[in-house]
Amino acid sequence: MATQDIPQDVGGGRASLLYDPKVRGIFFQILVVVALTAFVYWIIGNTIENLKRANIASGFAFLNGRAGFDVSDTLIQFDSDSTYKRALLVGLINTVVVAGAGIVTASILGFLIGIGRLSNNWLIRKICTVYVELFRNIPPLLVIFFWYFGVLSVLPLPKESIELPFGSYLNSRGFYFPKAVWGEGAWLIGVALLLGIAMSWFVARQARQRQMATGATFPVFWTSLALIVGLPLLALVATGFPVSFDLPQKSTFNLTGGLQIKPEFLSLYLALSFYTAAFIAEIVRAGIRGVNKGQTEASSALGLRSGQALRLVVVPQAMRIVIPPLTSQFLNLTKNSSLAIAIGYPDLVAVGGTVLNQTGQAIEIVVIWMVVYLGLSLITSAFMNWFNAKMALVER
Amino acid sequence: MKYIISGILGAATLGMVATAASAGTLEDVKAKGFLQCGVSTGLAGFSAPNDKGDWQGLDADFCRAVAAAVFGDGTKVKFTPLSAKERFTALQSGEIDLLSRNTTWTINRDTALGLNFVGVTYFDGQGFMINAKKLPGVNSALQLSGAAVCVQTGTTTELNLADYFKANKMEYNPVVFEKLEEVNAAYDAGRCDVYTTDQSGLYGIRLTLGAPDDHVVLPEIISKEPLGPAVRQGDDKWYHIVKWTYFALLTAEELGITQANVEEMKASGNPEVKRVLGTEADTKIGTDLGLGNDWVVNIVKSVGNYGEVFERNVGQGSPLKIARGINALWTKGGLQYAPPIR
Repeated sequence: MATQDIPQDVGGGRASLLYDPKVRGIFFQILVVVALTAFVYWIIGNTIENLKRANIASGFAFLNGRAGFDVSDTLIQFDSDSTYKRALLVGLINTVVVAGAGIVTASILGFLIGIGRLSNNWLIRKICTVYVELFRNIPPLLVIFFWYFGVLSVLPLPKESIELPFGSYLNSRGFYFPKAVWGEGAWLIGVALLLGIAMSWFVARQARQRQMATGATFPVFWTSLALIVGLPLLALVATGFPVSFDLPQKSTFNLTGGLQIKPEFLSLYLALSFYTAAFIAEIVRAGIRGVNKGQTEASSALGLRSGQALRLVVVPQAMRIVIPPLTSQFLNLTKNSSLAIAIGYPDLVAVGGTVLNQTGQAIEIVVIWMVVYLGLSLITSAFMNWFNAKMALVER
Repeated sequence: MKYIISGILGAATLGMVATAASAGTLEDVKAKGFLQCGVSTGLAGFSAPNDKGDWQGLDADFCRAVAAAVFGDGTKVKFTPLSAKERFTALQSGEIDLLSRNTTWTINRDTALGLNFVGVTYFDGQGFMINAKKLPGVNSALQLSGAAVCVQTGTTTELNLADYFKANKMEYNPVVFEKLEEVNAAYDAGRCDVYTTDQSGLYGIRLTLGAPDDHVVLPEIISKEPLGPAVRQGDDKWYHIVKWTYFALLTAEELGITQANVEEMKASGNPEVKRVLGTEADTKIGTDLGLGNDWVVNIVKSVGNYGEVFERNVGQGSPLKIARGINALWTKGGLQYAPPIR
């Protein structure tokens, strides 16, 4: 502590305890803790008492009751006979899926645009600048509405669907594409894929070690691609194409069969990705600008081409600047996904809201919402902190 | 975000306002000088603002009737528009004194939610509406398998829908929104094939669509939807005032007391009319309720009797033109029946 910096009382040992900064510090800290505890205790006690007085049932037992409603987008088995607990789980999964997909897309898009803003090509630079200024300055809800009402709802009705290649369709009810139905022996293809990934990883490791030792490079990318695509293809041929496709068919109301991505998911996903990408682009640009120009010059002096210099010298250093603010953007995207309610995508908040209204358990649902979003944010932060530590400058 | 905030606020106010609420809703309302009444965000015929911003409709008029009973003045009402999802929290937390928002009376809401329903101001049932131009040949709800159905979240409608399709072994695809306007817009834009809600609501919504004549309401009624006002549990006095305001509206119609003739009726020789209008000698009916003895006079003066309220808002005097049907008085073969005021 910095106590030695504070001039001691001239009276020396006879100084009143009242003027001892250490004692005073401890006293006020205790005071704040006691006041805070009392406040929380009072709020909780008062709430419980008033709930009781208003005859409102409380507790989390209602979670095991039959939900009785259906949810439009479910990735796990759910129908009206499932429990409220499962309904909330469906909502949570939807939130995680849309946030996860959004984070990946926003990162890729953001990196491309961020680098594009520093391009030597005038047109690319200006397009990226316009993109950033446009999306950064519009509220995310409007971006969602733009996609939902402006783009997806003006698509034709199911009967006049736009036909796309490979038996897929696009209409105002979403994007429909064939579903692969795997036949006997199809597991071999999955195994081949896993084997391909494992072998690529091994090859990459060997190549790195060889480069460290001898300086000779190895075409890791093309080898990995061949392994990851080639092996499953080989398995496909070997097992005699054990796959058939369930194609979307036109029926009275909608297209049936195949897989469907609903416009609610699409607009939320696209809006979150495009909106957050604008911020990520700015962070990436700042990160690259933050790397000393001497580094680029030194790279070209060593004979690296500009692409190589960017990939091997500039970006790894820029990452150290980029990762911490990137974390907040990921958290923002996750939290913004609760705007799903405006267009009826069944995320945690939308489904939770339905449960809240069907059961009347407002406080419990709000607690669940808060705990889940806090948990998601903490997990994201923890992961990004780990990643940051891994990328941090290692001093030798 | 708004509902999270309202949820937290609701939770917080449950914690804090309770001391005030325990004084009794009637005293609170009198002290404030107006009645805070929860209505819908805009359902034609029940509660919707007109072009001047005044709330119109059966539910809005019921709020005015209660205000008239308490203050002798039906204009002393402030309306709080609520989505289906916000309505119960608003009532539980004391944000509103009365919920009059086309809300279905169910046992769960009456018990676990801490509410008390006072009666059924409108007997309704859930129906389906489709665009007949786009879906020719569909004339029964049983042909709807595979359809995308627009529905408002947090309603009994959502539950009945699930039950109906399950019971008939049909598939459907729910498209769920929080606000009525959002459901209307989605249906009008063709996001779904079918719109389901209470039948009275369907007739009202149909009029607001781009081309009302293209849409038809299918004949099936798949549920009982008794719509009525609700108050908080634990305040019997206020509960009785709201309940008997409803019965007074029915009794006035039964006795032929109307907005136009209520002053003349005060001089009536009929003991029953005299008793209801508080002109009986030494009557204690009004004061026992905690109101003035002229409470029924005030109610009828401000909104008319039940029949007048019905015809003006949803019946022949309105664009909806809904027939009285089961909402007629019991004397005319309907279900509306009030216990005696004596």
